[in-house]
Amino acid sequence: MSKPYGILALFDTVPSVYEAAKSVRDAGYQKWDVYTPFPVHGLDAAMGLKRSKVPVFTFIGGFTGFWTGMFIAWFMGFFNYPLIVGGKPYASFIFPFPVAYELTILLAAFGTLGGMFLLNRLPMHYHPVMNYEKFRHLTDDKFAIVIETEDGNYDEAATKLLLEGLNPLEISYIAAEEGEA
Amino acid sequence: MPRREIIENNRSFSWITEKVCGIVEGRTPLWWWLGFILAGMMASFTLMGLIYLVSTGVGVWGLKSPIMWGWAIVNFVFWIGIGHAGTLISAILCLLRQKWRTSINRAAEAMTIFAVACAGIFPLFHVGRVWFGWWLTPFHYYQAVWPNFRSPLEWDVFAVSTYGTVSVLFWYMGMIPDLATIRDRCQMVFEKRLDEATTGFQKTFEKSYYVFRKYFYGLLSMGWRGSNRHWSNYEMAYLLLAGLSTPLVLSVHTVVSFDFAVANLPGWHTTIFPPYFVAGAIFSGFGMVLTLMLPLRALFGLQDLITQYHIDCMCKICLGTGSMVGYAYGMEFFIAWYSANPYEGFAFINRAFGQYAWAYWIMISCNVISPHFFWFKKVRSSLWFVWILSIFINVGMWFERFVITVTSLANDFLPSSWDYYSPTMVDIFTFFGTFGLFSVLFLLFIRFLPLLAFGEIKAVSKAADVHGDHH
Repeated sequence: MSKPYGILALFDTVPSVYEAAKSVRDAGYQKWDVYTPFPVHGLDAAMGLKRSKVPVFTFIGGFTGFWTGMFIAWFMGFFNYPLIVGGKPYASFIFPFPVAYELTILLAAFGTLGGMFLLNRLPMHYHPVMNYEKFRHLTDDKFAIVIETEDGNYDEAATKLLLEGLNPLEISYIAAEEGEA
Repeated sequence: MPRREIIENNRSFSWITEKVCGIVEGRTPLWWWLGFILAGMMASFTLMGLIYLVSTGVGVWGLKSPIMWGWAIVNFVFWIGIGHAGTLISAILCLLRQKWRTSINRAAEAMTIFAVACAGIFPLFHVGRVWFGWWLTPFHYYQAVWPNFRSPLEWDVFAVSTYGTVSVLFWYMGMIPDLATIRDRCQMVFEKRLDEATTGFQKTFEKSYYVFRKYFYGLLSMGWRGSNRHWSNYEMAYLLLAGLSTPLVLSVHTVVSFDFAVANLPGWHTTIFPPYFVAGAIFSGFGMVLTLMLPLRALFGLQDLITQYHIDCMCKICLGTGSMVGYAYGMEFFIAWYSANPYEGFAFINRAFGQYAWAYWIMISCNVISPHFFWFKKVRSSLWFVWILSIFINVGMWFERFVITVTSLANDFLPSSWDYYSPTMVDIFTFFGTFGLFSVLFLLFIRFLPLLAFGEIKAVSKAADVHGDHH
């Protein structure tokens, strides 16, 4: 067996994985992750994660959308082909507002979803953690902490000892390649 | 006072997964096939109606001067309104931290999307030459004329298409973790079903069905693996989408009401229209959610996930928004009198006592009287009664749009052009068929996608608290 991807500790309840995550964070690991079937509130702090950067993408999308809406109304109704309608002005900030408003929301929504995918490196249809034989339970009713062997602090004996001290259901090595045991 | 439990009987995480995934993993029930065939037959009425319209002309819809907006716009506003409950539940209730939303948001969002699809048919075909429908979008046509951005109808194109698109994004993003759960269960389900298969044909079917499911859920779940680093971004994105959808849902029916309010017609040209339309839309949407969810809850035995508490909440929203609609009806009359505008005054007296009085009083009895039964706890816990009242709400809200659209048009400024509008058979067939189309889409959703957002349901259950069950 080549070098495994990481070492996994399986947990049964939310409080146990929450306390365990705090211990792993305090031990100074960087390349590690917690797998949960649903978002656990407070786990981000327990892992020491920073605030998500998704809002940046939302803002870029919304900003682009608003000015796209204003620009197309100005360009089409004033610059490119001045269209006379009931003596109304060719260009204004008032009448294109509904269009700019909707485009703000549309592009901000695309920015949000796209930003989420980009930051999460998704779609990724294969990941070593899926090699774990009980992976099915990680999207159902169990919780897991995985510490990667690439982590600077990783030490085969010490890391295993740390995880064993957190009262997991079991400890397992995750193969780096598909089909390895 | 202890908080009310959102999930009854203290169900475990795996029980919730099993319950909701079981719906898409089990064998197709007979009622599903019967319903699907029936809905397909109903949907063919829309198809035939539209084929007849395109091959003949838009005149087959019973539109004649001065009533150029008949059932087409009525049905459009009706279906768009129904769509509003989905986004309200998923977005506004999310921001207000109403945890009970998790049991009903998925189905309500699906309802939104299918309702918007049904709504879109009517204005699209109302343009007459539907193959020029793309002229509504700002592309440079051969004659170099752009759309008129000063028209509320053009605003509507942007509002409705944005609404449809963002609803799909929101619905899909919410589904990714649940689709991943179904994906991870594919192998297990396949093995179990293969064991049950006896004939060679059944075995072949199970194998090909497994391949289909593996790729279908595999592709749609985008390789989601439940990593908390992902959840962190995901939760932020979900909150932002909720924050974006909230002004969106309020703006869509506002813009729809501008179609009327910007026109200089008595009964339409009022500033109360945007809030009044939004309240009405939410009212009708919750009516439809109740109409759909009560049978589904009974069919799939979801009583522990969609509890009496959920039904109470939905009934109370119907009561609240229904009262707002009733208030708006009263305020319209008051302002018509207070403004001392003879045309405005006539429009409202004519609504209540003119040639369309029958429609007006159907509207009043369905929308103003029926929601007030929800004051009583006994009514809210009698599910048949709730279901029948929800049907009344649907009917009443359709008549509201009919009354607004037709009465103002039929008796305009010039008495010599007054007329009485009746729909033709083609109108009736086309509208009737959209219920079939909606049902076809909704039945497919039940069969292939997770009906309840079970990931979110788990997250609001007691066992999901990081400090344990005991606070």
